[in-house]
Formats: sequence, C-alpha cells, structure tokens
Amino acid sequence: CVHCSSASGHFVFFIIYATRSLIIQIHQFILQEDLNKKMLDGLLEFVKKSAASFWCRDDDWMSRMRASEIPTAALVLGVNMPDHTITFESMTELLHDSLTPFVASVQAKECTAMKQLMQKVLQRLMGTNVMVDEDEAEADLGFHTRDCPQKRVNCSLSALCDWYQSATKKSPVKSPRKRLSSSQSEFLQSPPVVVIFRDLEAFSPQVLQDFILVCSQYVHQLPLVFIFGIATSPSTIQRMLPHSVSSLLCIELFQSLSCTQHLATIIDKLFLTSKFHFKFSAKVLQVLVGIFLYHDFSVCNFIKGLQLSLLEHFHSQPLSVLCCHKQEALVHAQQLNDRDVERIQQLPSFMRYVEEQVPEEQVQLLTSSEHVKGVCQKLLKSLHKYHKNFYPALRCLHVLTSILPKYPLGKQIRELYVLCLEKKVWETQEYDSAMQLIRMLAKDELVTCLQKCVEILTFCKSKKLKKVGQQLQDITATCEKLDSKKIPTDSRKMMCTWLTACFVKSVVFCTQFPRTHLYPPESQPLYEVWYYSSSGTVRRHLNATPRTSIQTALSHPYCYLQNEALKNDSGIISSAAPDICIIYKLHLECGRLINLYDWLEAYATVATAAEGKDPSAIEGGKVDELKHARFIRAVSELEFLGFVKSTKQKTDHVARLTWGGC
Amino acid sequence: MSPAKRAAEVSGLYVRFVGDAEVLEHIVERREGAKVPKGSVQKLLALKEDQGPQECEGSVGEQDYLDALGTGATAGEEDGGGGGGGSSGPGGSAVFTFQTAKRSHKMAQMASEMARAPGRTVTFCSPGSPEAAGSPSRGSRGAAGETRTPPKGRKVRFVSSTPHRLRKRLAAPNLRSESDSDLSPSHSEDEEDDDEEEREEKEELREAELTTPSKVAAAALYRTPAKKPKKGLEPSLVEEYFTAHASSKVTTSDRTLQKLQTPKLDQETLARLLDGKPSSYADEINQLNKEHEKFFSKWMLQLQLGFNVLLYGLGSKKPLLERFRTSRLLGVTHLVVNGFFPSITLKSILNSITVEVLEHQGSFRSPVEQMDFIMKSLRQDPSLQVYLVIHNIDGPMLRSEKTQQALGQLASLTNVHVLASIDHINAPLVWDQAKLSLFNWLWYETTTYLPYAEETSYENSLLVQQSGALALSSLTHVLRSLTPNARGIFRLLAEFQLESRDNPSYSGLSFQEFYQRCREAFLVNSDVTLRTQLTEFRDHKLIRTKKGADSVEYLLIPVDPATLTDFLEKEDAQ
Repeated sequence: CVHCSSASGHFVFFIIYATRSLIIQIHQFILQEDLNKKMLDGLLEFVKKSAASFWCRDDDWMSRMRASEIPTAALVLGVNMPDHTITFESMTELLHDSLTPFVASVQAKECTAMKQLMQKVLQRLMGTNVMVDEDEAEADLGFHTRDCPQKRVNCSLSALCDWYQSATKKSPVKSPRKRLSSSQSEFLQSPPVVVIFRDLEAFSPQVLQDFILVCSQYVHQLPLVFIFGIATSPSTIQRMLPHSVSSLLCIELFQSLSCTQHLATIIDKLFLTSKFHFKFSAKVLQVLVGIFLYHDFSVCNFIKGLQLSLLEHFHSQPLSVLCCHKQEALVHAQQLNDRDVERIQQLPSFMRYVEEQVPEEQVQLLTSSEHVKGVCQKLLKSLHKYHKNFYPALRCLHVLTSILPKYPLGKQIRELYVLCLEKKVWETQEYDSAMQLIRMLAKDELVTCLQKCVEILTFCKSKKLKKVGQQLQDITATCEKLDSKKIPTDSRKMMCTWLTACFVKSVVFCTQFPRTHLYPPESQPLYEVWYYSSSGTVRRHLNATPRTSIQTALSHPYCYLQNEALKNDSGIISSAAPDICIIYKLHLECGRLINLYDWLEAYATVATAAEGKDPSAIEGGKVDELKHARFIRAVSELEFLGFVKSTKQKTDHVARLTWGGC
Repeated sequence: MSPAKRAAEVSGLYVRFVGDAEVLEHIVERREGAKVPKGSVQKLLALKEDQGPQECEGSVGEQDYLDALGTGATAGEEDGGGGGGGSSGPGGSAVFTFQTAKRSHKMAQMASEMARAPGRTVTFCSPGSPEAAGSPSRGSRGAAGETRTPPKGRKVRFVSSTPHRLRKRLAAPNLRSESDSDLSPSHSEDEEDDDEEEREEKEELREAELTTPSKVAAAALYRTPAKKPKKGLEPSLVEEYFTAHASSKVTTSDRTLQKLQTPKLDQETLARLLDGKPSSYADEINQLNKEHEKFFSKWMLQLQLGFNVLLYGLGSKKPLLERFRTSRLLGVTHLVVNGFFPSITLKSILNSITVEVLEHQGSFRSPVEQMDFIMKSLRQDPSLQVYLVIHNIDGPMLRSEKTQQALGQLASLTNVHVLASIDHINAPLVWDQAKLSLFNWLWYETTTYLPYAEETSYENSLLVQQSGALALSSLTHVLRSLTPNARGIFRLLAEFQLESRDNPSYSGLSFQEFYQRCREAFLVNSDVTLRTQLTEFRDHKLIRTKKGADSVEYLLIPVDPATLTDFLEKEDAQ
C-alpha cells in the first residue's frame, strides 16, 4: 500500500510539475515577445513603410532615386542560433497576421544553390496560397502536386510575378488580415512579399548575390522586402556582398536585446519575485549561469535547466507538494499524511527549528503529527512573508551597490542574489568595503539611490517594508529641502549638522536594512520545500563529461565497482582489475605506436599474476588461448572507444589516439 | 570531501618552511606529479592548487569558472546518489594532455610492477592519501605482509636523496632495450638478473613507500635532480613537448604476433573462449546495473516531457536499453536502431519509420523528401507516440552531419522520444550547438562494465587478428566457387606477391607481366579472358588494381603475407 500511495503521490507531483512548466513556458513566451517587442514593432513599421513607398513612388523624386533598391531589414540577433527560432516564428506570425500573407523564410542549409533557393522561396510563397485558396480535397493532395515537375519548370521570378498579380487581384479580401484600418486599403491591394534569410552568415555569397541581382530586376512589379538574420555583426553584409550588390539594398539595422540582458530579465521575472515559489540554491544558479556564460549563451538552454531542476525537485522531494501558492499550500499542509509529517520532522531546517524551541514544545513537535501540521502551516506563512520582504530588500541593496566603483557586490543583481543566498551578506568583506564606499558617495548620488529605494519599497506589499520606505522618504525629503533652500551664512553650520544627521541616518539605514531582511534562505525552517539544491545533478545532466567518465572508469575502477581488491589510491591499479582497465593502463605507457605482441605479453604477465601463478613462468610465444581471447576483446573494446586504431605503418602495431599519462 | 582528507593534504604540504626557489621546484614537480594519478577527489584539489600560482596573471573569469564548476563537482560528490557513486573523475588536465616522450619497454616494466603484487595494489603511498594517514589494516592486508617502520622517517628523508631504486629503474630499461634490439627471443639471461633485481626492487619499493612520496618519486624519473632557475621552467616543458614530437621514428620493438603459437583466433573460437568465462566482478557489475535500472521510470517521465535521454559511460549499454525496452516500451510503438552495425544507413532508418510505423507504401525520391513526409505525418497525428531506441548514435555510419541533422529533426518532434547511447570518447563532437538544441539531451552516466560483445563483433571493429582470419575464410570461400583456371590465376598472383614480400617498393604485378605468366602457364589464351577473370576477382574484393606512375595497371592482393601463406598451404593440402 505504501508503494501505491507513493505512486499516486508522484502522480500528483507530476501534475503540479506539468502545470508549472506550462507556466514557465507561458512566462517565457511573454518575456520573449516583450523583449523583442521593440525590435518587432520597428520591423513591422519598416515593412509597412517600404510597402507604402512601393506604391507612391511614381511622383516622389527620392523614391525614384532608389527605384531599384530592395528594402532590407538586418536583424542582429546574437550568436546563439538555436534561440532564434522562436524569434523568427513569432515574427513570421506577426507579419502574417497584420501585414501580408506572403512570407517565405529560408535557411542556408536548404539552399546550397541558386535553383534551390528560388525553388524554396517560390514554394513557400505560392504553397501557402495554394493551401488557402483550394478546397480541402485538393489541399490533401497538395503535398504531391506542389512538387510535381510541371510546377518546377517555371521556377522563376517572372512566374512569381504573374502569380502575385493574379493572387492579389483574385483575392483582395480573402487573405488573413485582422486589424487593418481603411487607410491601409492600398496595402490590401498589394501586400509586400517578405523573404526572410534566417542565417545570413551560412549562405553562400554567390547564391545570395545572384538572388539579389535577379530580384532587383523585378522590384518594380513585386514589392519585395528582405529580412536578414545576422548572428555576428552587421559588417557581415559588407563582407559577403560586393558593393555592386549591396548598393541594390536599402538596409536598415535592427538590434535585438543581448542574450545577457535576456537572461537578466528572466532571472528578474522568475526568481526575484515572491509570486513564483520554486527557487534555486546558490550553487544550482551558479551552475546554470556558468553554463550560460561559458558554454552557449542560450536562454533556451537556461530554461531547459530550469525545467529539469523543477522536474527533479518535484520528483525527488515529496514535500514539494507544499511548494505552491499560500492558500493551496496551507490546504496541502493540512492533508499531509503520516509519512510526510515524518519527512518534515527529518528536514534539517525543521530540526534546527525544533532545537530552538522550549523543551515542552520540542516534545510536542516530535510526537504529535497534528501539532506538526499546525506549526508547518505557521512556518509556511512565515516563509511566504520572508520572501515578500527578501526581494524588495535585495533590489534596494542592489540599487545602492551597483553604482559603486568596481562593484564590490557585483554589477548584476544575480551576483548579489547568489551572494545573499550563500551566506549572511553583511558578514562578508565585500559588504564592508561596499559600505565604506557608500559613505564616500556624493550627497546627490546617495539621494537619488535612496529615492529609487523608496520607489521599490512603496510598491511592495509588505507593511513592514512600506514603513521603512516611509522613513526613508522622510530622510530624502529633508535632504532635498535643505538643498533647495537658500542657506544663509550664519545658519550654515546648523545646516551642516542637519545634513550630517540625515547622512548618518541614511547610511545607518543602508547598513541595518539588509540585516533584518536578507537572511539566507537556509536560515528559514522548511526552506527545502521551495529550494532545489542538487547542483551536481543538474550539471551532470546538462553539462556532462563523457570522456572523463570513461577514463575514470578505466583508470579507477573502484569508483564504480566497490570491491576491496580494486581499492587503491595510487596510480597503479590492481592486477585483478577488469581486463580493459589493465589493457588501458598498459597502453598509457606507450608512445605513438603500440606493438601488439609486447602488449599481449605484458597483459599475459599481469593476468598470470592475477591468477596467482608466477608470471616469470611464461615463455615467449606461449600465451594461453583464453588470455589471448580476453586480450583481443579488450583491445577491440579500446578501439571501439576510440583510444587506439589499427595502422599499417608497422606490422602488428596499433596507433594510439590519445595523449596523457594517466 | 571530508575535512580530514583536506587536513591531511594540507599538513603534507606545509611541513616545513620553504623558500621561493623551492616553491617553484615544488610546482614543477607537482605538475609532473599530476601525471601519477591519485584518487579522483584529490585530483580535483591538485588541479586547483596547480592553477593558483600559474594563473595569477591570467584571467579572473577562468578562475571563476573553474571555481564554479569545482563547487558543482564537489556538490556532485556530496549528493552522489546518481551513477554509482563518485562521478567526478580526473580533471581536464589529466584527460587532455600533450604527448610526452615515452621510453621503450615501459609497458613491460609496468606489467611486471603490476604483476608483482597479485590481487592487490602496488602501493605508492602519497602522504596526502587518506589510506596512509589512518588505515592500520593496510599493512596486514598486503600480500607482502611486512611490518613497517613507523612513518617517522618520511619527513626527514623527504628531500634527502633520490632513492636507490629509482636510479636502478632509470638504468634498467636501457639494459632491457639492448637485449630487445638484438631481437633475441630468449630472456634467460635477463631473467635471472631480473629475479635478483626484482627482489632487490621489492625491498627498495618498501623503502620508497616509507621515504618518498610518490609524486616526487615519479617526478624524479623524468628529470635530472639539478635545480633549475625560474627561466628554465618553461623551456623544459616546451622541450619535452618537442622531443616527443620531433622524431617520427617508431621506437617500439620489432616483434610480431607471428611469434605466438596461435597468432590468429577466429571469431568463433573467440566467442567460444569468452562465452563461458564469468566476469570477475559479476556481483558488483550486477549491482551497478541494478542501480541504473532505478532510473527507468524517471527516463520514461522525462521522455514524455519532451527531453531525450542520452547514456554514456564505459561498458555496453545495449543490455540496459534492452531491459528498458522490454519493461517499459512493450505496449507502445518503438523502433530499435543498432547504430554500431557497419551497414546501417539513414535511409534504412527512415524506411522503417515510414513503412513500419506510418504504414506508408510509396517510395521517395530523396531522404529530404522522406523526412518531410515523416515530419508532416507525425505532426498531423499527435496521438502517435514513437520511441526511438538508438544503440550507439555515434556509430561510424551515423556520424555524418546529414544523418545527425535528420535524427535531430526527428528528435525535436514532440511525439518522437529518443533514447540513445554513446561510447566513443569523442562522440559529443558530432553535435554542434544547433543539433544539441534539436536533440534536447539529458545526459545520464551509466557505466556498466559489460563487454561490448555485439558492438565489436563486426568485421571492421576488429584488429589484425580477426581481419586476417576473416579474409582467409572469405578467400577460400570465394575461390572454391571458381573454375580451376581462375584459381590458378589467383595462385600465380599470390605466389608472386609472396616472393617479393621482402621488397619494400613492391607495388604489385603489372598487367602485362601477369598476362605473360598466365599464358606461359596455359591459364588464359587472350588478355580479354584474363580481364574478365580479374573483374570477377575485383568484384569479390580479392584483388586491388593501382595505376602506377607509368600509367601501367598493377595488381595486388590486399591481404597480409601471413594470411596468404596460410591460404596457399590450405590450397596445397586439398
């Protein structure tokens, strides 16, 4: 029955997890759109403008000057290409919904030659139209008919032009437009044709040049707009396209947010808030940020790490059922079964809490499960409260310290956050130096900072913090009042003392404030319910080192096989180790080439010794068959793993493929 | 890492006051010493210590990174519930190092060292090792079972002198390699010496154990004891690198497998010999595999949530995946791909998906089109869940960029779930950032220590021993189905090739000459007949033709002389 309940319990966790990952995804999409909204809006505006100029250009002198120029938007998106997919998808959707049904997006790897590029563009432009216009029955066949050679024959831009003319004439209202005003009716007549090059750097320059040259010939009949996705820098365009070609483009640059800013926003929205209850411990956050900064700059991978740890947390910590909104958590706490109560009692943070109580209370906490549940509810409430205070306090501290020279507490808020998660921040050296620097700040700088803090504090929900905010506002107000008044010479001295008093007050605020609110979460009872701390698991699953693992297994078999015979601490492994370990160890002693015969002989010596016989008894050429076979297998396995390969340089030799002693 | 260990390490390092020059010396030796592996935990520590002085002018970021990963690693140790205990192995410096010069006959020396203490380890106790610090049981467990002098002497003799044994060891290889270069098969003379030497060495070894920490001992092997000024530090490393790379000359001995009584074992014998033999650590290996099986439900969950699972680690993972398949995937649509199979292609994988899974009867013009079709059909039917179990996704035939791209696209579909394994040490290089994001892997370390029985059983993955045997059997098989004349022609070529096997510049028999000889032996009557015959040989890969510099065709049997001799003997016997 125990098993049964745990299974159903897991199911509950699974459901919670599923909803949560959904929340994350939604969050993620909102963030993504928010972040790139500026860029996308600009882009949309650009496409609209260029399409408009396509129509009114007959009378405009400027337009006539650029008659054969193709409007081009260059999007600088950052180096992590896989992340761009989402951006492009939302962009295509946006264009499709609000401007034009004619959007074709191409990737470099599907277009290695001009013909293929043309084919893809045409297929995507006309194909979508086919699907919209034709009946359901024909749409089913669409997959086959579209590819039939008949269509492929007239795979040219003039065909596209003809098709465009007929398409715009035939169905001016049919294409999916939602919120277009009457002023844009001209547009309805001829929506622009947008071609998106997702990864410009990967395209072959020749293909691109040809395509642009051809397109520029048709720019009068076809309102073409290009969008280049660029990973590195805008100068790529100059490098790939000679002047004669790039002069045919009218390029406007759009810059997306850098990925570090993106990450900062995500951390800000998902972690530095009391709304979202799942938290990382300092180490897990460090590992994930480390992977981000040192490996891939991929926000998607960061999110993947978040999802993984969420899953691990809910899978491994049964009490994570309490990791949800306050009301829900209280209900869950009331419904805990005896095993869960036991688990709570075993939590280190809870045990610490118990130790702090008076003896009678301790007995109660250890014996009565009802009492534990009650206390648990109380503690959960205080945990929620703690977090409500923690984040505004953290932000205030960051505001104060992020203007200091050399950033003793970190430039990014995530660095300060990690510091606060790890230990009592006010006990660190960095904090001391930061406070010293704050004392040296100019008055107006300090006042602006304090005002920012006031803003943060007044917006937060906690009453306690609001009160602090009020006090702080008083201080800043006094400071300003003093500043604005004309100070008569005689009372200057008095003013000075007032100012000093204010100053001292504000500095005292800065030093005292964190002490009350920025206790590390470990100090809170039941923090394990919210915090996921197994950084090793996350690292192993996301940033694995297969080669190290293989080499450890080969050189230190005891790490995996807990047999006393294998136990040792020095470099030389036991002769009783598995064959492949011995073979591996022997091959390390060789140079570039390994003589198979010597290797076999050496192995036979060891293997004979392992059997308890005298190794010197073997004579040259007499290796027993079994040992020979074991040798062959172990060597083939090493070859399979990529440590050696057969070579023809010398008879009966293999080449070593790795270097290094141990 | 327990504080006790750390304390031991520290106390081992800071016994006495050291001057700057000595510190430098120490660093160098430590680095050398890092080649002598210690416990994996200590390795991490050692890495950090080494990095400290070296990188003082280096970037702070790197240090941060090391620290960050380091903390991760130790954390991994702490919660080490996962893959069978400690997963953090030797640090990067141990795995990726430069080539260093190797003295010949080091392997034999190593073997004899290992053999000297059967069933237990030859101990080179380092002062920092926890064993040496506090395990009285060690001495009694040892086969030698000698009582030790109390380890007082250690500190005193720390730098006193290079132990006698080391000098001996330095001298020993020369002696052996001399005997080796004579190619004398008998070692009778040496053996007596060796015995004596061994006994002596044993004693020395014991002494060394007590007196010298292994790191210094190992370092002393490589370098002269002369002190070097600071400048000398870098060049010596550089020099070492270049001496290792300078000569392309191979310094191995010239002995070949021909010296064995049974130089070749064929596949069957091999299988027969290995079949009955139980592994020496069957219990532990079983235990390890049981541990991995606990992940099954987690894998299933993660697969369903859109992750794909990748297994790595030493040992065949095929049985594990098979167990997963039989226990979890029986009710659902799944496809098993044997990536290690030498003739697997992307086309065959895609075909089995379209035919078996999607039950589509048409054919496709290109893999791209087929991929498109599969993607489209699977997207249209989200209720169809397909599990792909790929043994060795890094298999030689699947390594190409296109194949991996296609597999990645499949894996990125929400209703395709991939469970794969890798074995090659450089396997992760197959994927770039884009592919990794398609695959969305979760890495699992599953070290099984099971033999790669099936994976290595295919022709290409075997060494000379088997390829010879296989070539021989294929030779006889093909030739048996030919006419006597054809056999004669082949025999002629084989004999000629054997005659000129000592000629290193032999590139084959020219067609004209071959024709001449065949005519003389009344085997053919026109060169057309010979050409037809040769085409047949070529089709069966019995011969290879090469155009020489004078644009004359040369014919060669791509089989080593030993096999060829065997073949001719067999033919004669019939």
